[in-house]
Amino acid sequence: MSEFIIKNGHVFDPTQGIKGDKKDIAIKDGKIVDKVSGSAKTIDAKGKTVMAGAVEIHAHVAGPKVNVGRIYRPEDKLFTYMPKKGSQRMAGGFSIPTTFKTGYEYAKMGYTTAMEAAMPPLFSRHVHEEIRDTPIIDEGAYPVFGNNWFVLDYLKNDEIENTAAYIAWLLRATKGYAVKSVNPGGTEAWAWGLNCLSIHDPVPYFDITPAEITKGLMKANEFLGLPHSLHIHPNNLGNPGNYETTLDTLRLTEGMKAKNKFGREQVLHLTHTQFHSYGGTNWGDFESKAKEIMDFVNKAKNVTIDTGNVTLDETTTMTADGPFEHHLTELNHLKWANVDVELETAAGVVPYIYSPNISVCAIQWAIGLELGLMAKDPMRCYITTDHPNAGPFTRYPRVIKWLMSAKAREAQINAFKHKDKVVNQTSIAGIDRELSLYEIAQMTRAGPAKSLGLSSMIGGLKPGMDADVVVYNFNPDKPVAKPDDIEAAFQRAACVFKSGVQVVADGEIVSNGNKRTIWVDAKTKENPQVMRDIQEKFLKFYSMTQANYESIGHHFIPNPYAIEVDARS
Amino acid sequence: MTKTMTDVVCPFCGTLCDDLEVSLSDDGKQILEVYNACVIGTEKFLHSQAKDRVTRPRMRQEDGSWKEVSYDEAVEYTAKILANAKKPLMYGWSSTNCEAQSVGHEIAEMCGACVDNTAAVCHGTTLIAVQDIGIPSCTLGEIKNRADRIIFWGCNPAHAHPRHMSRYSIYPRGFFTGKGHKSRKIVVVDPRVTDTASLADIHLQVEQGRDYELLNALRVALNNEWLPDVVAGIPQEKIREVAEVCKSGRFGIIFFGMGVTQSLSKNHNIDEAIALTKHLNEFTKFSIMPMRGHYNVTGSGEVLAWQFGFPYSVDLSRGFARYNPGDTSTIDLLLRGEVDAMLTIASDPGAHFPISAVKQIAKIPSVAIDPHLTPTTGVSKLHVPVAFVGVEVGGNAYRMDNVPIDTRKVVDPPAGMLTDEEFLTKVRDRVKQLKGVK
Repeated sequence: MSEFIIKNGHVFDPTQGIKGDKKDIAIKDGKIVDKVSGSAKTIDAKGKTVMAGAVEIHAHVAGPKVNVGRIYRPEDKLFTYMPKKGSQRMAGGFSIPTTFKTGYEYAKMGYTTAMEAAMPPLFSRHVHEEIRDTPIIDEGAYPVFGNNWFVLDYLKNDEIENTAAYIAWLLRATKGYAVKSVNPGGTEAWAWGLNCLSIHDPVPYFDITPAEITKGLMKANEFLGLPHSLHIHPNNLGNPGNYETTLDTLRLTEGMKAKNKFGREQVLHLTHTQFHSYGGTNWGDFESKAKEIMDFVNKAKNVTIDTGNVTLDETTTMTADGPFEHHLTELNHLKWANVDVELETAAGVVPYIYSPNISVCAIQWAIGLELGLMAKDPMRCYITTDHPNAGPFTRYPRVIKWLMSAKAREAQINAFKHKDKVVNQTSIAGIDRELSLYEIAQMTRAGPAKSLGLSSMIGGLKPGMDADVVVYNFNPDKPVAKPDDIEAAFQRAACVFKSGVQVVADGEIVSNGNKRTIWVDAKTKENPQVMRDIQEKFLKFYSMTQANYESIGHHFIPNPYAIEVDARS
Repeated sequence: MTKTMTDVVCPFCGTLCDDLEVSLSDDGKQILEVYNACVIGTEKFLHSQAKDRVTRPRMRQEDGSWKEVSYDEAVEYTAKILANAKKPLMYGWSSTNCEAQSVGHEIAEMCGACVDNTAAVCHGTTLIAVQDIGIPSCTLGEIKNRADRIIFWGCNPAHAHPRHMSRYSIYPRGFFTGKGHKSRKIVVVDPRVTDTASLADIHLQVEQGRDYELLNALRVALNNEWLPDVVAGIPQEKIREVAEVCKSGRFGIIFFGMGVTQSLSKNHNIDEAIALTKHLNEFTKFSIMPMRGHYNVTGSGEVLAWQFGFPYSVDLSRGFARYNPGDTSTIDLLLRGEVDAMLTIASDPGAHFPISAVKQIAKIPSVAIDPHLTPTTGVSKLHVPVAFVGVEVGGNAYRMDNVPIDTRKVVDPPAGMLTDEEFLTKVRDRVKQLKGVK
């Protein structure tokens, strides 16, 4: 493999504490190295910013509900198509881009790893087919567990070891990466048209509460010592006053400690926190409770979060929170798709327009930014848009602009139709913090990599790590002429390396790289009871046979990268 | 000793049964028996064993006779007609695996082709309705485990999806439906007294073409509003009774077929059926599901959607994907004489399209890729026989509820025969050469 050296850039790497010093980054055989030979190809990064490849911790980019969005929203493709060019396929779509466009757009922004946030286990083969067709970036997928019949049955009796054995089996069968829980219990209730809005609402028939499910999944996750923690979308998403449910969920982590060999410190990752930080009792007195949430998160070292920033776009919401999507379609009367998945989960899809002329949308925008600006430890708070729920991932550069520039925020606040409401019902106008490039690197690289248990591999520029390196056309020595320059720089990287292969040059795709599918292979002690339960449920209640359930083979996972966990002792 | 393969997936209809057992001869080369499959599925497996099967490509000659050609010659012809055409059409895809579809799409992109599947003459109207109004649905296991209200509207699974009723919809004993058939109420809406209708608790013998009115009347009945004495040939008391049956259930489902998608009002029928389903969710839990025909027509829509953003009738001729059924759909393209080459794969438009469209296929350079002899292979210039997907080669397929199942290889194809994917890969590589693509 060829050698490269990226010279004289301003390097930002939280894994080594480098804050903009001029430094050369050497690449050899797909890894960062101390030095390379004289024949290495030189990339001049003078006056530019150099970071590790960014890590997406939560986005809906591949799988059945994403594709429902593509199928039922032809309008999303209007004015977005890029024709075939060189090694690139034709690519289109805005909030739910085609798989090719997903890969290209992430790479152009300097993202080299992305995690699909919710994989229905029965549909894992579909998720992997789409991942295979998403070029360049490494991807993994989180299977959903929070409404799974096995989990509900085991956790009703607090059977942690059995839950863990089942999790290990399902991760292997679906080639999944982490334990995801969406509206625990509520989505099972949705199969009867019901919901669980607090963590103590009992799940119909199963006689268990969301609190018990969440606590049990955290315990099982630590029992296994998986790279990532439980990744939760808590109950009561999107409703005024829901911050109390969020705090109740967060309090379940009290006294819990992470146990793993991957350097991960949290026991719970709370995702798209913006949607869970609402005060008020209705859409009129709707207000931000970002401060209350961040007061808790800042103190709780065993919790990480991502923001879920609203980007003020027309987008497509999609979640395994089936009852929420029904609630949403009753609210906005736009087309509603729903899929209930036997024994496992459900999903809903509804288009949504975050209009700057609607006070609630503007307040949501403010809350997402408040979370990032109130974070005391940027290593535990990550930037997402919960793509495509709060906005498409292609708006990350804009979110970064808002986080880095009070001037940019002020301009947006002044542009809102209901500016007064935004100012009165949030604290965004009073925040003058501007995040530094180092903090952005923590929130988009080192932080999410650590939370995922991948900090020895990605998210940094230490010798030995994967050579995922990005050069941005942004000179940190010079004052920012206008905030839009930040957005422009992060939208199209000057140069991107993925595992030592240059995939982007001058903002254009030059190679499809060497994409991998990352999954977790957890070994547990033999558990005949769980194996028998699996066999029985397939015989009696699934609509497919157990032998046809697994995602396996070249067609689905052409280039696997398994992370091994031994939980046998 | 015969060998038995289990968990075999049936490559016939959208029910995609995956519990078949196939017994093979000692040497593993002959299929002897097929267990658990319906009569159509069994036939598909056994048909692959036919001694008179065509195993090499055949080119139609000037005098109308057929001449056997090599696969290489077939690749050359196919690549050339596609590469040289201004607007080629690549139609079918519904009875092959997603692997072959993916390779086909690469060719289509290079040649600026129109890509369309059999939804164009089947559930395409459903897809248009879904684009209008969405679709609340579920997987088939949910029906088995929970559903106590089953409606079959304009479909006849007793003949078209024979094991649907025993595996998912009428008879199975699921988790919350331990009494099986007895725990369910069955409603069939069909102008004919079909074999499915004979299983119904209530058969609404709707006047032909009046489905929209009846669907709408059911919504009126849900709201307890005024109705005329008779709607669509059904007395209003009966309509109110059915509305009550639906409301009083715990979990209901509407399965619908071509009786509503391709009769008068087309997509508007489905709009209304989905609106009814959505409306019922204000009272209880209700879902709706199209009874997809070919075993992987759903998969074709899925692959097209994640690669190009649209589920059928995709036109790539301008260098980017466009979608406008009626304009970019196959029959319309043929009738307007707009396409100058056609590749048909894994479907039989010759048997199902209007004769005027079939005549057009016969006029232009054309190739049909199909294991069988069909009316389409009969009108095409080149017939490329291939291995049976799901019998002689595996590959992914999507069930009518969008659940992917990887089909299995049971026996080898006759010596020297290519699969869809292998043939298309050769064509793709040749097209690359012809187009000078690296």
